[in-house]
Amino acid sequence: MSLNMGNVLGLIFANMHDMLVKDLTETRTTGSVLFGGRYRLIDFPLSNMVNSGITKVGVITKSNYQSLLDHIGSAREWDMARKNGGLSILPPFGNNNIGLYRGRLEALNGARSFIKNARQEYVVLSDCDIVTNMDFRPIVEQHIKSGADITVISHTDNYTKEEIQSSTMLSVDENNRVNSAGIHVKSVSGRATLSLNMFVMEKDYLIKLMEDAEKTGKYSFETDVLRDQVNKINIHAYEYDNFFRRIYSMQSYFDANMDIINPENTVKLFPANKPIYTKVRDNAPTKYGAESEVKNSLIADGCIIEGSVENSVLFRGVKVGKGAKIKDAILMQNTVVDENVSLDAVITDKNVKVHNDIILKGDKKYPMFLGKSAEI
Amino acid sequence: MVSKKECVAMLLAGGQGSRLYALTQNVAKPAVPFGAKYRIIDFTLSNCINSGIDTVGVLTQYQPLVLNDYIGNGQPWDLDSIKGGVHILPPYEKASGGSWYSGTANAIYQNISFVDRYNPEYVVILSGDHIYKMDYNKMLSYHKAKGADATIAVLNVPIEEASRFGIMITDNDDNIIDFEEKPAKPRSTLASMGIYIFNWKKLKQYLIENEKDETQSKDFGKNIIPNMKNAGEKLVAYRFDGYWKDVGTIKSLWDANMDLINPAIPIELEDESWKIYSRNPVLPPQIIGSDATIKNSMVTEGCYINGTVDNSMISEDVTVGKKAVVKNSVLMPGVKVREGAVVVNAIIGENTEIKADVHVGEDEGKSFEETRVAVVGHNITVSNNVKAEEILRESN
Repeated sequence: MSLNMGNVLGLIFANMHDMLVKDLTETRTTGSVLFGGRYRLIDFPLSNMVNSGITKVGVITKSNYQSLLDHIGSAREWDMARKNGGLSILPPFGNNNIGLYRGRLEALNGARSFIKNARQEYVVLSDCDIVTNMDFRPIVEQHIKSGADITVISHTDNYTKEEIQSSTMLSVDENNRVNSAGIHVKSVSGRATLSLNMFVMEKDYLIKLMEDAEKTGKYSFETDVLRDQVNKINIHAYEYDNFFRRIYSMQSYFDANMDIINPENTVKLFPANKPIYTKVRDNAPTKYGAESEVKNSLIADGCIIEGSVENSVLFRGVKVGKGAKIKDAILMQNTVVDENVSLDAVITDKNVKVHNDIILKGDKKYPMFLGKSAEI
Repeated sequence: MVSKKECVAMLLAGGQGSRLYALTQNVAKPAVPFGAKYRIIDFTLSNCINSGIDTVGVLTQYQPLVLNDYIGNGQPWDLDSIKGGVHILPPYEKASGGSWYSGTANAIYQNISFVDRYNPEYVVILSGDHIYKMDYNKMLSYHKAKGADATIAVLNVPIEEASRFGIMITDNDDNIIDFEEKPAKPRSTLASMGIYIFNWKKLKQYLIENEKDETQSKDFGKNIIPNMKNAGEKLVAYRFDGYWKDVGTIKSLWDANMDLINPAIPIELEDESWKIYSRNPVLPPQIIGSDATIKNSMVTEGCYINGTVDNSMISEDVTVGKKAVVKNSVLMPGVKVREGAVVVNAIIGENTEIKADVHVGEDEGKSFEETRVAVVGHNITVSNNVKAEEILRESN
């Protein structure tokens, strides 16, 4: 029997982890955080689902979702503007839970009829904090073959304390069975298996978990299922080995952007046969002026560069004036840097304007952040 | 029932473009890549939608596959409207027989029933091989205010260039009183841009008459316009003063590309109020390597540049390797310039590879006007040097 990915429903949580990178999510969901010159974080799970053959996806969101709606539109750019299936954005139903939802199960309960009405037999769940180019097909295939109740996508590596504390640590036996799960484990570093917050299961199984959670007043998939039921149910880990970066802090956001300037990583994240789709903005090509000096950088379309740019990521429509020096910086959409400005280890959000001759310096270990539409 | 439109655009995109040689071997001229991320036809299609014209017939004939594919349902230009939109119109077999389009006027004649479906008051006739930004709606308002039967857009050109164009001679009110095709001694400097607005009912009548007359060729400039003038119809000139270029030759295609990076030339691609739309490739941002030097150039998505790029237009998915030099050149999508190769004063076709250390084109130190441009066709491998003005059609 060949695998039928049309039988898999994709569910993406747009707001999960909003608290981890607060500066960037002040006015938007984690899914709509800008990344890599022309993308938003949701482009990665969504494109991965589309490229894996999934034809119906629900995006579960709770607050600050205006930028998300604007970005996704009719989902035509992801080839998901369909009569059958396609993409649905699922804002909260009713208004009884103001604020961020407490966990995935609670969030899913807000979209229960969408999930129940879907004809698909399996579900793939993903957050928006992982930047990767993932093929879900072998994972779904292994899930079906293993007979597991739940498959958790995970990766084993040497991790820092901060990485482990911001994640879910799994103990996995030689048969890929998960024996225990630790949530936000403190003060541990070293070799560990961490969850990528992506799961595969049968849809009916998910609905059962949602209904049980509602009956018992529980809400978290991690604590109430992964951690507390790990011995009662059959949870498998799928070791994922391709290039990925997890965004769990401003620092990891900065590093992940810098990492994809390296062509070796870019090729892994954007292979020609599995493109990452995003909203088309019809910018002009980027214009390099007579005095421009650009080295080791990732540059989107629509920029006008008259100054020098090194080790930096420039999003669409950024302007860098004459004599300006940009180093180790991330300049988001429509940032305008006037003449003779110097920016070193700085992140600017959308529409920031830095006037003539200003000098700003952060540290690569603690980049300076300028919020949306700031004017300096 | 199709809804009535005030104005329908008919875009002539069937020309072979034989003067572009290797670049139009398998591609119609309007589909030739231009300006780092566009194809020539993007300018006209974008002008249509930006002018509020949402119904466009594109007349194709020569090598239409790439062009058809590129235009698709018209969505990139917002021309996938259910009340109009873009329609590809190849010649087709009718009950009375079928034939190729034998001229610009014949192409419209063969599609009278297409235009009639929208029952328009006016038709604007456009070419798919011009680079310019123009508001056809302003021209239409002018046409209406003048009470004209036909309006021809004209450009004031330097007198020494006038003999390359069809020249309109006007009275003080810009009524066209005479015209000359490529005159040796021009009597005016108003050159026809090949853009016409007609009252549809009137045009239809002249198209039908022209078709009946075996002695006439089937061309707007040679037949329809003179016939209308001789019959006393009101023909007026509409003066356009922006940037406009016909990119029918290698030199003019190269010039127009270079114009985009010349700050003295007034054609802005960044203008938010008049965007030029194109079918976007799905590619990551450009990566500029540690050994790159880029000056006075335009570069787009999917490129990897680690050499020197100077005064050039670099389309999507192009690689310029370490120590390679690209100067005064146009690289079409997917070109690979390997390490140490030199490309100067050249146009390189899509997906062509220039092997390491190979030289294409020559820097003869001539002025821009006198520069001799080397051309390399699409999908070939260049292993040996290519001289100035040489045209390479196959791998060497």
